[in-house]
This record gives sequence, structure tokens and C-alpha cells, in this order.
Amino acid sequence: MPMPFHIHVTVNKADQHHDVEPRLLLVHYLRDVCGLTGTHVGCETSLCGACTVLVDGKAVKSCTMFAVQADGSSVTTIEGLATNGQLHAVQQGFWECHGLQCGFCTPGMIMTSVALLARNAAPSREQIAEGLRGNLCRCTGYSHIIDAVNHAAKAVARG
Amino acid sequence: MRRRRWPVADPNTTPYVGRAMKRIEDPRLIRGEGTYTDDLRLPGMVHAAILRSPHAHARIRKIDTTAAKAIPGVVAVLTGADVNASCGLVPCAAAIPDLKAPKHTVLAGDRVYFVGHAVAVAVASDPYIARDAIEAIDVDYDPLPVVTNAEDAVKIGSPLTHPDLGSNVAYTHNVSGGGNIDEAFRKADRIVKHRLYHQRLTPMPIEPRGVVASYHTGEGTLTLWTATQIPHLIRTLLPGMIGVPENKMRIVAPEVGGGFGAKLNVYPEEALIAHLAMRLHTPVKWIESRRDNAAATIHGRDQVGEYEVAVKNDGTILGLKSKTIADLGSYLQLLTPAVPTLTGLVLTGCYTIPAVKMEIVGVYTNKMATDAYRGAGRPEATYLIERLMDVVAQELKIDRLDLRLKHFPAPGDFPFPTSCGLVYDSGNYAAALTKAKQLANWDQLLKDRAAARAAGKLSGIGVSTYVEICAMGPSKAMPAGGWEWGCVRMEISAKVTVITGVSPHGQGQETTFAQIVADRVGVPIEDVVILHGDTSVAHYGRDTYGSRGTAVGGTAIVMCIDKMIAKAKTLAAHLFETTSDHVVFENGRFTSPGVTNRVITWPELAGEFYVAKNLPPGLEPGLEASSFFEPQNFTFPFGTHICAVDLDRDTGHVKITKYVAVDDCGPQINPLIVEGQVQGGIAHSIGQVLFEQTIYNEDGQLVTGEFMDYAIPRAHDIPDYILGSTVTPSPINPLGVKGVGEAGTIGATPAIANAVMDALEPLGITHMNLPMTPEKVWQAIKTKT
Ligand code: FES
Ligand code: FES
Repeated sequence: MPMPFHIHVTVNKADQHHDVEPRLLLVHYLRDVCGLTGTHVGCETSLCGACTVLVDGKAVKSCTMFAVQADGSSVTTIEGLATNGQLHAVQQGFWECHGLQCGFCTPGMIMTSVALLARNAAPSREQIAEGLRGNLCRCTGYSHIIDAVNHAAKAVARG
Repeated sequence: MRRRRWPVADPNTTPYVGRAMKRIEDPRLIRGEGTYTDDLRLPGMVHAAILRSPHAHARIRKIDTTAAKAIPGVVAVLTGADVNASCGLVPCAAAIPDLKAPKHTVLAGDRVYFVGHAVAVAVASDPYIARDAIEAIDVDYDPLPVVTNAEDAVKIGSPLTHPDLGSNVAYTHNVSGGGNIDEAFRKADRIVKHRLYHQRLTPMPIEPRGVVASYHTGEGTLTLWTATQIPHLIRTLLPGMIGVPENKMRIVAPEVGGGFGAKLNVYPEEALIAHLAMRLHTPVKWIESRRDNAAATIHGRDQVGEYEVAVKNDGTILGLKSKTIADLGSYLQLLTPAVPTLTGLVLTGCYTIPAVKMEIVGVYTNKMATDAYRGAGRPEATYLIERLMDVVAQELKIDRLDLRLKHFPAPGDFPFPTSCGLVYDSGNYAAALTKAKQLANWDQLLKDRAAARAAGKLSGIGVSTYVEICAMGPSKAMPAGGWEWGCVRMEISAKVTVITGVSPHGQGQETTFAQIVADRVGVPIEDVVILHGDTSVAHYGRDTYGSRGTAVGGTAIVMCIDKMIAKAKTLAAHLFETTSDHVVFENGRFTSPGVTNRVITWPELAGEFYVAKNLPPGLEPGLEASSFFEPQNFTFPFGTHICAVDLDRDTGHVKITKYVAVDDCGPQINPLIVEGQVQGGIAHSIGQVLFEQTIYNEDGQLVTGEFMDYAIPRAHDIPDYILGSTVTPSPINPLGVKGVGEAGTIGATPAIANAVMDALEPLGITHMNLPMTPEKVWQAIKTKT
């Protein structure tokens, strides 16, 4: 068995220090080592986006990255999005607009949308759809998800 | 252009029913706090991985597990020889006369017959090590001849999927109905013939399957968490496989990440993982990979049909004949052979067609089993009848809407008996069509098409007027019974606990049921809790499929509420010193006008029921009621979808430029949820018509084994919708609801396909198989220009 590797990752603002196997995927580190099961696995091949988290503010499919590659980084998962129990505008948008059905794709969709709005605060519907290209949902048919992101953008703009 | 019809309603206003309310289940899910099967962690839990066959058909000469067992952390490596005797056979619940069925064990015996067939299982302390272990198993295969095409499989001399059955034909099923079919065809001025292909599809819920099993040796009880739509049916069927009695088995469907029929099944892994937990005396978890999900979770559709319509020159349809070959794959899952027969039930669609004849041949091939995928048999029926209506209209040069209108039963004709032997509950098909035309601005749409064509563009309009079967169903028509169970309890605190036997996994019934209960009981919606998906809580049920949750499960709850209120009235009458018939219940308040001015509310009454010091003689303490609802018929939602497309001559790309759907699912409990169901359903059709197809090559290799190769729609593939509805209540249940889970998928496929064919019509192209991919469309255009 390969030597474990010591990593230090800031996850949802908390310091995490662990010895991990080099082959451990970031998504499994978050779920199995940190106990944050809100990040889901839908394919393990970087195609579905269910595992999307923010690594240093950028949306990353956490099944495409090894935990050791996140050493020294700051990771935000769905569990770290609300502040003081207050839902993030994107979470609120998904709730208001029925942007989820089974909820399995939802954490990834929300994290991608957060990164999308950070790049473009007032996206058109087409830009939202384009920005969500890497995230699959089999339940909603996406229209309500686009509504949700739109709703969040407007809510943030209103302040 | 886009219309959003539903401002989300204020949760503090009543009635709740009929309002677009936010979902109760969402807060936990948007915070990442839902518990799906893969999120479970039990003390001492070990992890299973399954080795699957890379061959479509092969004899297993030898399996060597020595190297796998030697890996540190590996707990067990087992093959069919080790486990099959303890795990029984995978059950099929469909009763088809003269069905030839292979015996499908949980791991392969001496033969594998599809790519993905489970061959061995490794259990280890860590899922990564379990995967290392299956890679270290050495299997010596001796490849056998393969058949992957159902039409080839029925030919003499074809390789046999199961040599011991002597034939690839599993069954032949004939349905005739209505008048004399031969006479209908004799009287016809013309016979319109068409062949249609309903391609194989992979359901692809984003959550793959998964199972966690824990056996409590002392009590002899088993708890099985599984990503399923049907915890109760599993509790009914698993005892026969693994020998744990039903009343010592608890099945939990935790948060389930989408089903679409893929999780409407009892799978080999459910028995296998349960057996491993019993055998190894420790909890075992197995989570399916996406690749395994594509290969070893059921597929859908895969029928090819030859259809003939007997018509008069004025368009009158006299009869319909259909000959279908249904590819069942290599073995039978729970409902595999029954799905094609559902096609036969709605063959005539929403039309008066006096005589029908259908022949279905169910065939084995070296592929994964097909079973109920969203719509299950009805999308095939709707696609074929709606495509045929366009073909007939075109051949007879009749307007396609006039042809449809001419054959609609009138609203007064309901309940409407069909030639296929069903009785449609209620309907107003012309009203839905009229509304859809209005919303689509039909005349303008035709003008736009004419202008586009004049400018050399390939522009088309497609229509589908559909009817489908929901609220499954009357027990006499369902293999395991079609009733539903519910229980409503008012607690001593006047909070209301509702337990339902349906098992929602995205459909939002925690919300819709709470709306129904809060209104009828007269309590704030936040005081209502809906429990489901755990057989130790919801003791009995028939689960979620066939758009039955609200129509059947919701009705059981309404029956409970009625019983509970009747009991409450008895106590209120006692407290008012009068009789029940003088008690009025309204908005959560009991009064007795003319007898007393006193008002009794739920908290007071609930307290009396549980402290039980002041009950009239004979009245039991406690305030709870349970009910089984047995529906007397299915329900039959319907609607009209209109789709406009532009085809790109250079790339073959199909762009949906307008999409209008008018669906009638009866009264809507929560229009926002209905809208979500319709949109989600249409997306599956966009996938089916434009991109999706499960492909096996000649050797039986699965080509579409990942999201990379199996293209489900993405956000940018979705058009803006204009959605509308008409409301025709069903007389079958007191809510009047019909069901909406599958309508989008059933109604949309023919609308989109007809639009593409309409766009190609000026080029003289009259047929194209699904999916109408850019490559196929481009090729077709190229050959004609
Ligand atoms: S699980 Fe990472 S993209 Fe699908
Ligand atoms: S809500 Fe189920 S996959 Fe998106």
C-alpha cells in the first residue's frame, strides 16, 4: 500500500488535517473522511457535476481531483453555503422556484450556480443554461433550475 | 417567449390545495442534509464491489479468487457457487400465459448472458480495496454465440440466449378488441402501413442504485436500506429469496435520487447484500457505479412494430393492426414481460377506433433486461398512434387536426369504453386541443412555417394529442395488488402525523399530501408531518410508480381523515351533550349550532382522546385512522402538445423553437409541482427523440456505458415552454386527481418527432427512426438535396 500523504485543507472554514492515500478522490475525502455527505457522486467520471464543490472559489468536480491536490486549498461544500443558518441566495432560489425534485443533483447544481453568479451577476437564461452545461439533472428538465438561478441573481441585485 | 404562471403562494394562507407552494422536503435537500443510501455509515460496515461479465455470452470455465482474497483488507470474495443457493431467484411478478423464463440467479452460474452480468462479489474494509479485489479475480471465459437484435433472434438458426429454453421467444401475446378486424380491413378504401422503432433507452437517474444491509443476529431481523421506489414490494418478495420472514424484515427507502422506473424492481444486489450481511455478521454496503448502472440496471422501450390502419377515403379509421417484437433483454426483472402488454392497452390512444388487433412477441437477446422506464409501454403506444395519425392524414391529404378531432370521443361519451378493453374515466380532448392551439397561436405558427419554407428553411410543426393510464391501479389489473394504504394520527399535541404506503423520490408528496391534510383537518400546514419509505413505519403499501402516488395514496389518506373526523365528532357530540349529527366540523372547529355556543378545537379534543377520562361508552381512546383504498379503475389524463422546430441544413441540428403543452391531470393540488413533473417528463422525450439510444454492438458490447456516450439532455437543450392545463376531474377518486408523473414523457415524444418529420416532408422524407440525431437528420437531408 502506498504511503499516506499528510494534507491540510480548509473545509467550510474549518481546518482539516488528515493522512490520506494518494489515490483518494477529493469527493470521497469530503464524504468519508470529513463526513460531509451533501456532495454526491453520480458518475465518478467528471460528467454529471453532482460532486461539484468550490476549491478556492472555483467550481470543481470533486471526483476529478485527488484529495492530495487540494492540500493547502480552501474548499466550500453545500453544507458550508448558508451563513448563520441563513440560506444562500442560490439555495433560496432553488426552493422558491422548485429547482429540485429528488435533490440528488442539487448540491452540485447549486455550487456551480454560485460560481456562475460570481463570474456574471446578471446572466441571461441562455448564459445560465450554458453555465450549467456540466451538470446533469434527470428530474426537473432544467427550466425550474434556470428560474432558480435567475431568481437568485435578481435577489442579490436587489440586495 | 416564456410564461410563468404560478407566483409561489404565501404559506400562511388557506386553502393550501390548488396553490403553488414551495416544497416541504426542500430545506434539507438544498442544505446537503438529505440522507441518501450512500450517506449511511454503520459501525463495522464493510463494502462490496461486484465483478461483472465483459462478455455478452460465455461459459465460465473457472474463477480464481486466490489473489483477490490475499489483498489486505479483503473480507470475502464469493462467486455464484458460494451464494446462489442462499439467495433464490430474481422474481418476475408479471403473469403472462405460457411464459418461458430463464432462472436468473444473483450471481452467474456456469454461464453469463449479458455484459454486466454479475459474476463475483468482493467485500473489504474500504470501497477502494473492494474494487482492487474484483480486479484481482481471474475468470476464464469461453465465449458463446451472441444475439443482440430481437428481429434476428426470432429467425431460425439464431444463436440462443438461453439454449435450455430452446427458443428466444419468451411469449406471444395476442389482443383483439372491438369489432371484427378482418371485416374492418375488408371495408377499408386504403390500408396505411408504417413501421416504427422504439429505441432502447437507459433511465439514468443521477443517483445510481445502492444497498446497505444490517442483520441483527439475536433477533433474526434484517434491515435493508435501498435506493428503491418500492420498499414494500421488496418486503413482499425478498423473503422468498433469502429466507428471512416478512415480519422480521425492515426495508427503508431513504432519500432516493430519482427512479423513473429504474428503481421499480427487486434486483439481485438487494438479495446478495442482505445475504452477505447475514453471512459475514456485519453491515455491508454496495454502491453502484455509473458504468454498472448503465449495464445492469433495467433499460426501457426497445420495441419494433409494424402497424396497419384501415381507413376510408374520408379519413374514417375502421381498424388498427399491430405486430410488435419486444426485446426483453436476457432475463426477466420484476415487470419485464408486462411492459409491452401495456402498449396494447392504449393502442387506440384518444380515438374511437372500432376494431384492434395486436400481436406482441417478447424475445430474449444478450442484453440487459428491459422493464418499466418512465411511461412504460404507454410512450410506445402514444408514439405509434400519433405518428400514424400524421401518416394517415398525409396519405389522405386531410388536415391532421381534423383527423384527430373526427375520432375524439365527445365529453358526453365518458365513461368511454375502448376497443382495447379499458374504460376511460373522463375527458374533453377537444378542449385541450383548442387551448393548446390558442397558446401556440396556431394560425400564426402555420404562417411562420410557410414563410420559413418559402425562404428555403426546413421548418416543421408537430402535434400530439395523447391519453395515458395513471393511478395504477385496480388490484385485479396489478400483479401485486394496486390498492394503497395510509394512516392519519392526531397526536395529543394536535400535531398531525400521516403515514403513507407510497414511496416518493422527488415527486413532492410530502408537500402535496400535507396540503391535502392541512386543509381537510383544518390545521396549519407546518403541523403536518408525512412519513414514508420505511416499512417499520409505513407497514403496508404498494409504493410509487405508474403515476399513482396522489390519486391512489392521496385517496387512502382522505379516507383516513374522514374516519378520524367522524370519530372526533362522536366525542364532540358527547362533550356538547348531543348526537353526532348535530355536530358541525369546519376549519378545524367543532360546533353545534342550536345546541350550544361552545366551540371545540383540535387541541382540546386531542387531549380528551388521549387522557381518556371523558370518553363516551364504547369510544376507543386515541385519534388515529388507517385505510386501504382500492381504486375501481385507472385514471386517464390527457392533453395536447405542440412543438415547432427548425432544422439546420448544414449540421442536421434540430432546434425546438416553440413548445406548448396543455395537460389535463384533473384538479392540481400544487401547480408548481405539476409544472415540474411536466417539464421533467418533456425533457425525457427531448432525450428520446433527439439524442438518447442504448447501443450494443454486434458482439453485445454496451457502447453507451457512461454519460459520455449516452446523451441525456443538458440545460441548453431545453426550450422555453408555454404550459397550460384544462381541468377534467376523475370520477374514480374523491380528489378528482388523475396523476401527472409520466404525462410529459408520453405526450411529448410524438409531438417532437412529428415536428421533425413535418420539417422533412417538403423533401419527400417520410420516415426516420428515433433518435433523430443531427447525423441522421443531416444524412437524410443530404440524400434529398
Ligand atoms: S460524480 Fe463527479 S462529475 Fe459525476
Ligand atoms: S433533482 Fe433529481 S437529478 Fe436533479
